[in-house]
Amino acid sequence: MNRLHVLGIFYRNIVLIRRSVPKLFGLFGFVTVALFLWGFLTLWVQTLAETDVRLDFILLILSAFVFWSLFDLSQRSFGVSFLEEVWSRNVINLFASPVKLGEMVLGFVLVGVTQALLAFFYITSLAFLLYTLNIWDLGLYIIPFFVNILIFGWALGVVTIGLVVRFGPSADILAFFIPFMLLPFSAVYYPVSIFPPILQRITFILPTRHMFEGMRSVITEGIMPLHNVFWASTLNVASIVLAFLFLYWMLRQARVKGYLSRLVQD
Amino acid sequence: MAALLRVSNLTKRYNSFTAVNGISFEIKPGEIVSLLGPNGAGKTTTIQMLLTLVSPTSGEIEIFGKNLQQHREEVLSMMNFSAPYSLLPYNLTPREGLMVFSMLYGVRNYREKARSLLEEFNLGELADRKIGKLSSGEQMRLGVAKSFVNDPKLLLLDEPTASLDPPTARQLRAKVLELIRRTGGGVLWTSHNMREVETVSNRIVFLSRGRIMADDTPQNLKKRFGQDDLEEIFITIAREPLREAV
Repeated sequence: MNRLHVLGIFYRNIVLIRRSVPKLFGLFGFVTVALFLWGFLTLWVQTLAETDVRLDFILLILSAFVFWSLFDLSQRSFGVSFLEEVWSRNVINLFASPVKLGEMVLGFVLVGVTQALLAFFYITSLAFLLYTLNIWDLGLYIIPFFVNILIFGWALGVVTIGLVVRFGPSADILAFFIPFMLLPFSAVYYPVSIFPPILQRITFILPTRHMFEGMRSVITEGIMPLHNVFWASTLNVASIVLAFLFLYWMLRQARVKGYLSRLVQD
Repeated sequence: MAALLRVSNLTKRYNSFTAVNGISFEIKPGEIVSLLGPNGAGKTTTIQMLLTLVSPTSGEIEIFGKNLQQHREEVLSMMNFSAPYSLLPYNLTPREGLMVFSMLYGVRNYREKARSLLEEFNLGELADRKIGKLSSGEQMRLGVAKSFVNDPKLLLLDEPTASLDPPTARQLRAKVLELIRRTGGGVLWTSHNMREVETVSNRIVFLSRGRIMADDTPQNLKKRFGQDDLEEIFITIAREPLREAV
């Protein structure tokens, strides 16, 4: 065995990781976030064991999973629609065409809605067949969850596009990582009360936290707290505005610094 | 005759590096202007500024008498481009790719446009094959076909025959010239093939280190530099700034 050959392969890959912020993020970020997620979940289960509370775990956890998957898909379909143009070296053609940024985003929104509807019907049917979980029991309460989840997914999708424009194709990992990064702090599988007080205050700005808190109330108490809907919707409006401002800023920077042409060269 | 494209004192700086340094030139209707220069001369940066992919540091670009920055969409809908670094999506077929770009350029009869371009550029047999499975020459030809979806009044062709064999390159040149004569538009053409440049160009703009070193007809350039061969002129001009720098 030639040690230099092995060293060559090792060096080629290490150089890539060392130079790429997104790749470093992927290396350490995933495990850190997973640690938070499982840590909070464990804390919650431990609290329940002490208080002997009886909950419909199937409904609670699987409903959370279904809606989180929808959020994940909404963000990803958006980011991946753009990444598809980068991967297929078509992005320059797109930016040099008369298509406005708003038109491009609206096209991605349509792709996102189509995919989200298809996936939602599929996953709710599968959950019903496998676990007799009927999400539709939530009735009209589904609508605010569904709409808010899609919109926040798109806002993060817009941010993902901005990051890819700035950091190049190597930032594709962020398309998959961003929703996962929010997962432990969105109180998807456990209540907000499990967080330390400081984290409870910080996570208030996340629309997903309010959506999933609201969803848990619907499942456990049969009521939809209006303040959750209010905060989720208000924060969503703010997120979408901020996401667009971020994308405009990134595109402006990309045009000034020549990052757009780099999108097909990296 | 009003110019289709007017570039005035165009400059692009990246921190301390000046990629394009105060260049000015214009293209009139029916005119084919070649932009020549060694690697790093600023050709691609100039083309990317004309496509709004890169913002100029200073200077002005006027296309069809309109400021490019202020009328971006309107201007881009009347021009088009082809470059080897920007091919059509590999996961579509040529027919689908041409239909998509016809739509993006606002062509209502996009099916018919795709069909006629496939025919014009001899891509009919490849129409339903995945673009990723085409040879680089076929992909290049498709890229040039795409640049005609909107019957552009101004066409930017960045090395359009770079990966083509000589007979195909000749055919493609003839097709481009025929189509551009039909639309009465202008072309900005870059190439490293001096014979091609001499054949197609009404005027040649020589760039080196971001500056225009010469802007004239091929015949006048030959007279001025006392050379029969454009390649020799290219080498002479490319060396100039190096000598200055030394």
